[in-house]
Amino acid sequence: MSALLIRDLRLAFRAGGGFGLGLGFFLILAVLVPLGVGPDQSTLGLIAPGILWVGALLACLLSLDRLFALDFEDGSLDLLATSPIPMEGVVAIKALAHWLTTCLPLALAAPLLGVLLNLPITAYAALLLSLLIGTPALSMIGAFGAALTVGLKRGGLLLSLLVLPLYVPTLVFGAQSVTRAAQGLDITTPLALLAGITAGSLALLPFAAAFALRINLR
Amino acid sequence: MMPDLGAYTTEIVSAYLASLSLLGVLICWIWLRARRVKRALAQVETRLKRKTHG
Amino acid sequence: MASLWEYANPVKFMKVSGFLLPLTAVLATASIGIGLVWGFFFTPDDFRQGSTVKIIFLHVPSAFLAINAWAMMLVTSLIWLIRRHHVSALAAKAAGPIGATMTLIALMTGAIWGQPMWGTWWVWDPRLTSFLILFLFYIGYIALWSAIEDPDTAADLTSVLCLVGSVFAVLSRYAAIFWNQGLHQGASLSVAPGERMDWAYKGPLYLCMTGFVLLFLALVLAGTRTEIRARRMQALTARERAQERGAG
Repeated sequence: MSALLIRDLRLAFRAGGGFGLGLGFFLILAVLVPLGVGPDQSTLGLIAPGILWVGALLACLLSLDRLFALDFEDGSLDLLATSPIPMEGVVAIKALAHWLTTCLPLALAAPLLGVLLNLPITAYAALLLSLLIGTPALSMIGAFGAALTVGLKRGGLLLSLLVLPLYVPTLVFGAQSVTRAAQGLDITTPLALLAGITAGSLALLPFAAAFALRINLR
Repeated sequence: MMPDLGAYTTEIVSAYLASLSLLGVLICWIWLRARRVKRALAQVETRLKRKTHG
Repeated sequence: MASLWEYANPVKFMKVSGFLLPLTAVLATASIGIGLVWGFFFTPDDFRQGSTVKIIFLHVPSAFLAINAWAMMLVTSLIWLIRRHHVSALAAKAAGPIGATMTLIALMTGAIWGQPMWGTWWVWDPRLTSFLILFLFYIGYIALWSAIEDPDTAADLTSVLCLVGSVFAVLSRYAAIFWNQGLHQGASLSVAPGERMDWAYKGPLYLCMTGFVLLFLALVLAGTRTEIRARRMQALTARERAQERGAG
């Protein structure tokens, strides 16, 4: 299984692997929003938690359609399906690779972009923490969506249509914890709920995604 | 004929009209699709029958 | 006694639904017609909401069905996944657009009612927000059905989406409550003590609810019949093509 993980990571970092694309998108979004909203510092500080979370979520979505598509086209997914690793494990590894290459950089870059958006000083720790806790759920839910749409020719748009509504609870609890931290409130409740969603997604969605993949390989 | 709805006449009437027209669109869509599919299926069935008997 | 599963046979289903469809359609038209006319013309104004109370005869039944159509899709999807009855999967497919329309009606009547009552078309209240999210789930479900060509694959994948979506729809509902305590009043027809509705409104409301449920049944039956025919047509043309290839 670790061999699969290393292979996926190597593919992502290789030229044309799309590493850094999400990061670039995230940066552009953080620049465009002040240009659209106006330079007023207090307004920006007010909306910064939401912008950063929505931005992270959209950036995470960008690379999802490649999660299984390449392996599906060149047939390595069929090989993986007949290998001794269970399909659930393959899905989990793929989601982990996606998280390491896309979401972890986003989470680490978010505090820097927070400076651009005048995020209140009390909220930085909460921003980093909530993104670290919440983004695994985003990767796992995204892997489920990618498994559903892997056989389709133009699955990219459909994928976002399917996945974005599923992101709602994660977004709400994640952004709420940052907002509450910015207001100086206690954030244990939203963080605990966020962790609950991540844990639940990681426990259950590999099975749903593996089921969808097996159907698509039929 | 028309009951006295007071200040809210526009709101109530538009709510009724909008809902009923949405329902109407849904019903028409389902009905037209049902008719089209039924006719197409009948065509395919007669064609197949002619093929096997003729 | 015959088992319920006998109606899962497409031929038997066509026979029974052919009999039930006109029946439910007529009953639905009658009860919605009477209920709405009663509600529109012959109900008194509410002491707080004034005449806008008349909108609930559309709003509550459609909201009720918007949720229960999804519940029905969940049950039929499970039946498809466990027992592989094609009628069940096709019924779920037929229910999708109907549920989406009901959600849209509930949202629209709510917005029109909210304008004079709350002074705004839309507020980001938990109930309204969850309904909007439910609408997005419906759109995704319908889009997935229409994107996949192979009918069995489509049925399998949409069923999984429906299961996962149900869990996340419930989570979104609680997330929305956490996110913003709302303006919306509690359920209009609840058995819990507290704000109770007068019988002057309950009469037409119950009639409209019955009518909407019957209408939903009739539309699902009609839609499922169409899907069964479409499925049969697809199978026939595929066989025809295979025969031609074999002969030529």
